[in-house]
Amino acid sequence: MSDTGLVLKDVYRVFPGDITAVSDVNLEIENGEYIVFLGPSGCGKTTTLRLIGGHDDPSSGTITIDGELLNGVSPAQRPVTTVFQHYALFPHKSVLQNVEFGLKMQGMDKTAREQQATAAIELVGLSAMMHRKPRELSGGQQQRVALARVLVTRPKAILLDEPLGDLDRLLQMKMRVELRGLQRELGITFIHVTHNQEEALSMADRIVVMGDAIIQQVGTPTELARHPRNEFVAKFMGDNNVLHGTIESASGGNVVINTPHGKVEVPGSGTAGEKGSMAIRASAVNISTDAVPAVNGVRVRLDFVEYLGDSIKLHLDFNGEPFLAKVDEERFGEVQAYEGKEVTATWSVEDGHLLEQ
Amino acid sequence: MTYIWYLIALVLLVIPFSAMVFLPINKSKPVLLGFFLIFIVFMYGPMMTMGVLSFQGPFGSMTLPAKDLGSLHWFTELRAESSLMVGVRDGITKSLWVSLVVAAITAVLSLSLGMAFRRQFRGGGILFYAILLSLMTPGLLLSLGLSFLLYYIGFNKGEGMLGYVPIIGVQAVWALPFGFLVMMSVFNRYDARAEEAARDLGASSFTTFREVTLPLIWTGVFGAGLFGFTLALNEFERTFLISGAINTLPLKLYIITSSSVLRPYVYSLGVVTIIISFLLIALFLIVSAITGRKKALAIEEDGSGVDDLPSMTAAAASGD
Ligand SMILES: Nc1ncnc2c1ncn2[C@@H]1O[C@H](COP(=O)(O)OP(=O)(O)OP(=O)(O)O)[C@@H](O)[C@H]1O
Ligand SMILES: [Mg+2]
Repeated sequence: MSDTGLVLKDVYRVFPGDITAVSDVNLEIENGEYIVFLGPSGCGKTTTLRLIGGHDDPSSGTITIDGELLNGVSPAQRPVTTVFQHYALFPHKSVLQNVEFGLKMQGMDKTAREQQATAAIELVGLSAMMHRKPRELSGGQQQRVALARVLVTRPKAILLDEPLGDLDRLLQMKMRVELRGLQRELGITFIHVTHNQEEALSMADRIVVMGDAIIQQVGTPTELARHPRNEFVAKFMGDNNVLHGTIESASGGNVVINTPHGKVEVPGSGTAGEKGSMAIRASAVNISTDAVPAVNGVRVRLDFVEYLGDSIKLHLDFNGEPFLAKVDEERFGEVQAYEGKEVTATWSVEDGHLLEQ
Repeated sequence: MTYIWYLIALVLLVIPFSAMVFLPINKSKPVLLGFFLIFIVFMYGPMMTMGVLSFQGPFGSMTLPAKDLGSLHWFTELRAESSLMVGVRDGITKSLWVSLVVAAITAVLSLSLGMAFRRQFRGGGILFYAILLSLMTPGLLLSLGLSFLLYYIGFNKGEGMLGYVPIIGVQAVWALPFGFLVMMSVFNRYDARAEEAARDLGASSFTTFREVTLPLIWTGVFGAGLFGFTLALNEFERTFLISGAINTLPLKLYIITSSSVLRPYVYSLGVVTIIISFLLIALFLIVSAITGRKKALAIEEDGSGVDDLPSMTAAAASGD
């Protein structure tokens, strides 16, 4: 076990009524990493964050930061601070008073803390609004105040619960870049919770995918996008097609799976006769009017062409099951002509990959 | 024929309700406003009779119709009743102090109860209903029982300051459920995340309470106190049998109206006491408004203010 960074070991949180919100969480976070917890609603993201922040206690397991045990340490004493969902600013205090609060609690004298708070407010670009109340600020501005309020206390790690959830899409995009830039500049560990996979992919050093109270997979954005470990991750990361079947043969580093819709060959190893599932990304699927090949090709009907601006998403019907493909924007005229018709979807062996059962 | 009146009452209830339910807001508003006015008339009507009868001339009577209206005769008469006036003035002073103490007790206890009920605790449900149940106990019986108990334990009623203890006690018990309900509704709408944030930033429980909780619920606490104050000021039943020699204003008024030959100056007395009560409530509200305003001002002087508004709208317009 590493003795720097934040380490969660065998962490469980079971609520009364036998509700397991967090189960068997093992995670090592390096100092200065930007970590994103990603998962559907109710999967335990907020609970995990609360356990790290000290707002809730694990039923079992340990949490340490730089080798120091955090279990039982009050939120006030922990070197981590939280940017709460919906920000939780003090509505009766001005921006300056909000930001200097943490320093005031540390017992810093008035001039020093005002100076530091002012600097933090400047950092997030709100100098002009220092004396406003939170209700006189837009959502994005409130968000920055919340950020300045925790930054000023110089924590080892900042926990952010859906920090962009309350913002409109344009502002979200802007804040993604800003948050990321700020984190790089400060070199502080950020742990960011979201259920938006695009947000996770664009911001994280590493993504922790949670589902059904457990960690489903931990990896860099590219690892998760290219190699989802299991069906849950493949489906949650979006735009993945999952095929199930029985392994027919394994040779030369590839396995052939016999699915109800035809044979597919994917890199990996397995035992003939066992169940096998594979995932193929929509963007790796090509469509044409060619004949169906013996492997890695299916006959589908093109139901609907979705134009996305920089690419085209094709909603295909695969014997009643949905199947997705994504092609270049330039092919719009061509693929539109296929709408309602039967086409062949193909992909190359190395783009597919085997999922854990 | 009495059924006609039931019918009228029913219609009076049904009309505003159906206006509220079936009409769009802009149409139901005048209807509801009209009914609200009727309600006000019923509420203040009896008081107005008293007011009217107090302004009669020297030959005025105790009952309507009023005679020679527009005279302050009975107010002068009232002032001439010096022993009565001394008693009333004494009653007002005593009621005032008692009510203030009850207000403070109600505010503090309601606040602590409200804080306690923010968390689930064993027996919380039972306690909740027990508190509300005290609203339903007949006040007079409570007073009777308490007076026997006080006698039994040898608590000599009415001796010195100690005599105030049972009075303040019963009145605070009476006001508490109201204050408690105020605080329950305050905490119902209260967002505890700001507190969590404060603790996260290193505030102790007490600091969190002082810096975050109290400023946010202060108006509620004040409301609970105001309930205590007004309820205590008017309290009669519960105070009646345990007050000993201490006559609060309602008791004094009762003694006056039940023991002397009634002449219209009692109406003048009624008018005067009502005016005094209104002034007290107004004072309370003004004080609260001023403290609220002071806080706002303190922050404005800090540098922010109305002139900041244009830059805010500009920022909003820039999509930020
Ligand atoms: N105090 C609590 N008591 C009982 N169950 C709880 C409590 N807090 C959370 N849970 C349950 O634990 C599970 C995880 O909740 P959590 O808030 O961590 O989800 P989340 O991943 O943050 O979801 P969202 O994306 O909707 O915010 C949920 O099933 C929730 O109902
Ligand atoms: Mg959550």
